[in-house]
This record gives sequence, C-alpha cells and structure tokens, in this order.
Amino acid sequence: MSDILVDIQHLTFKRGDRVIYDDMSMQFQRGKVTAIMGPSGIGKTTLLRLIGGQLKPEQGKILINGQDIPQLNRKDLYKARQKMSMLFQSGAMFSDMSVYDNVAFPIREHTRLPEEIIRLMVLMKLEAVGLRGARDLMPAELSGGMARRAALARAIALDPQLIMYDEPFAGQDPISMGVIVRLIRSLNNALGLTSVVVSHDVNEVMSIADYVYVVAEQKVIGHGTPEELRAHPSALVQQFLQGESDGPVPFHFKAASYSAELMELAK
Amino acid sequence: MIVDKLQQLGQKSIAKIQGMGRATIMLFGALVAWPTPRKSFPLLLKQLYVVGVLSLLIILVSGLFIGMVLALQGYTVLSKFGAEQMLGPLVALSLLRELGPVVTALLFAGRAGSALTAEIGLMKATEQLSGMEMMAVDPLRRIIAPRFWAGVISMPLLAMIFTAVGILGGHLVGVDWLGVDGGGYWSAMQANVDFQQDIMNGVIKSAVFALIVTWIALHKGFDAVPTSEGISQATTQTVVTSSLAVLGFDFILTAVMFGG
Repeated sequence: MSDILVDIQHLTFKRGDRVIYDDMSMQFQRGKVTAIMGPSGIGKTTLLRLIGGQLKPEQGKILINGQDIPQLNRKDLYKARQKMSMLFQSGAMFSDMSVYDNVAFPIREHTRLPEEIIRLMVLMKLEAVGLRGARDLMPAELSGGMARRAALARAIALDPQLIMYDEPFAGQDPISMGVIVRLIRSLNNALGLTSVVVSHDVNEVMSIADYVYVVAEQKVIGHGTPEELRAHPSALVQQFLQGESDGPVPFHFKAASYSAELMELAK
Repeated sequence: MIVDKLQQLGQKSIAKIQGMGRATIMLFGALVAWPTPRKSFPLLLKQLYVVGVLSLLIILVSGLFIGMVLALQGYTVLSKFGAEQMLGPLVALSLLRELGPVVTALLFAGRAGSALTAEIGLMKATEQLSGMEMMAVDPLRRIIAPRFWAGVISMPLLAMIFTAVGILGGHLVGVDWLGVDGGGYWSAMQANVDFQQDIMNGVIKSAVFALIVTWIALHKGFDAVPTSEGISQATTQTVVTSSLAVLGFDFILTAVMFGG
C-alpha cells in the first residue's frame, strides 16, 4: 500500500473564463493531517469538491487509492465516496432530524445493521465529540461549535479513510476552536484517518498539521512541514503566515496613481 | 439596437431551454432507479402527509365555498328559465371538468409547491444536499423522488375531495337554503354526469397538473440560487410559473377532451 492516499496531478480547473487552478499538483500522505492554506477566494472549498467528485477538472488527475476520481462512473464514484467524508463549514446537519438521527443517517443508508448496533455506534461517535448528552436535540438547538462537532460525529460514523474539513475554525469562539483543533488531531490518530484541513487560520493549522500547502495565484506557492514553511524564502508565503497587510498581495486594489488623481482634482 | 434586442431574446430563450433541460435531467435522475421499497416507502409516506394531508384544510374549505357560490350563481340564472332542477348537473359538471382540477392545482401550487421549493432551496443553501451527496447518498433519489411521487399521488385525490365537498356545498345552498328539490338535485346529476367523459377526464387533468406543479416546484428549489434572495425568487417563480402552466395546459386538455 502506497504512503500517498490522495495524489493530485497537474490539476487545471476553470469557472467560466476564470482560472481557479493552473497545473497544480499536491499529495496527501496516509495517516497524516495535511493542511491547505491560502487567502480567501482562491477556491479552497472548490478543491475539496474536486476531490469529492462534485466538480470535474478541465485537466489533470485526482487519484485516491489509485482511482482517478473524475474518470469514475456514477456507481464507482458513490462507492469511493463511502470511504471519504467532508465536514462542511456550516455543518450541513439535516434540519429535520435530531442529532442522533443525523449521525445514524449514513449508517442506516449504507448498512443493514440492526438498530441496537446502530445505537451503539452512534453513541460511541457522539461520545468522541462530547455530545452524547445532546443526542435528542434538533440541529437548530445547537450552538455553532456544537453543530460542527455533531457534524464531525456524523462524518466519522462509517470510519472513513479520508476526512476533509472545510474551514473548521471559521467563526468559532476560542473554546470551541480549541476543542475542534484537539478533535481533528486526536481523531486522526485514534481512527487512523487521513485528514485534509482547508483553512486560513494560520496558528491553529500550523499547530496540528503534519504537512502544509500554501495555495495562491492558482497554484501551490509553498509547501512543507510547519517548521519548513516558517523558514520559507517566498515573500508571499511569509506575508500570508505573518498576516501582513501589505506585500506581494497589495493592500490597495489596482488603481491609478493617488497623487496624480489628487492633482487632477486640484485643477 | 435591434440586434441587441434580438441578442437578449436569444439569450433568454437559450437560458429557458437550458433550464428545461436541467429540469428534465433532474427528474430523470430522480425517477430512473431500482426501487428500494424498504427505504423509499417510509419516505413517501412522510411526504404524502406533508404534501397531501397538510393541504387538506385549504382544499376542504375552498371546495365548500366554491360549491356554495356555484349553486348561488347558478340558481339565479337557472330560475329565470325555470330550470332549477338542472342545478345539480351544473354544479357537478363545473367542478368535475374544470374547477376541481384547476383550483386544486392552483391552491396546491400556493400551499405545497411553494413549501417544496423553499424547503429544497434552503437545503441547498445550507449545504445539506451537497453533504448528502458526499455521504454517497443521491439527493435526487432521497429528496426529490419521494416528494415528486407524493405530489403526483396526492393532488388527484385532493381534487376529488375538492369536487365532492363542492357538490355538498352546492347541495347546502341549492337544496337546504334555496329550496331546490333534493331528489332532483341528485337524480339530474346522475343522469347528466358521464363516468368516462366527465369524471375520468377530470382525474386525468388533475394528474397532468400534479405532474406539472410538483415538477416545477422541485426544479425551482433544486435550481435556486442558494441565497435568501434566490430562494424567495424561486418560491415566487414556482407559484407564478406553475399557475400559468396549469391554466395553459387546462386549455389544451379541455380542447382535446371536450373540444370536438
């Protein structure tokens, strides 16, 4: 078995005329937490959707366990998806079901296990995210952080190989952020998952990731372990990691010269 | 100037046709599958309740009032010619052939159709549909198919209930209030209503309307722009488009069934 679970080769993806990715390659190691960072609006979520087969690239391969996801037919794609999970930014809990039924949903859909076993599995997953006591609540009754944890319990319900987190830290208070950071790392180790975290929260990501890709301008601008990245020579990578307002990504939107414009007014 | 207008017209037509294409693909994806009764039946039952049973009240009340108004209006005209005994057939035929299927479809579009669009649009906006897809469960089969069948099954039944209650409403006003002979009301109706020509054609009409309204409602929700504005637009479009489609198809069906 190869060490690499997801192998993205020469990926090109366009939305209309806008190029999102241009000949981009990256690899996610089995059993590791790999992070993808980058400024907002560069299509990080799009990348997860490409890996999940919800979008098709213009060119390139997305290999998971050696299977090229964009080339799969519907049946094989659905089979491949059973081995992966995605945690959406909103949690995407089904609003008409209780937390318990939400977590039980994938198990009921894909197995014919008796209800007693399903109950055991659901309680186990909810215990892992600390929400066993909230099993009878409806998603609308959960706080943002709890909803994301409940969604995480649902995402690991069928013990996937690959779990993808879409901005798991966005909009969380420090306590729930800490909880989610800890959960991503501990679930990855305990369940032997391969995790992909898409985020722009630099500190949180650097604290849990084994390997980091920084994506900007349609391609990977830097990659390595968190330590390697901190010493990365690229000014753009450094600007992003340090959160500086001006640098290769300019503070000012493209405009004519300020002094020229002021002089124009004075005339 | 004219070229611009023509271009706009062309773009709009292309967008419309693309929309129809997407709607057809959606329905095809939802319906062409091996039936799995163990999973689908409970889902269908739930939707029959939400779409059908919960629409009962508005159908019962509207049916009753429309029957009463028909009897009242019919009586004033018929009594001028001394033809009050024809009140029964008037009420029954109007309801069976036209008002039952059409008004039920319009009410259904407003009550259940808009709710379906909003529900599915919100599911899309909150990524529930995407989430389901990533869990290897096809939202077309899990969400769209049971709602489609629930609409197609429940609307003809609702139309029958509407018609039956309307005829009772007509009886209430015509016989109990205005004094038309009760036996005459029923026997004239029996003599003048043909099962094949009137009842079955009415049922066929409402089945066609059911298909149109449910399909439009589901497609508009599934195709909605996933923002609050997009969903509100989609809901409005469902009611407007399906009402117009129902009236248009009603004319075509009437022309085919009773035209010549």
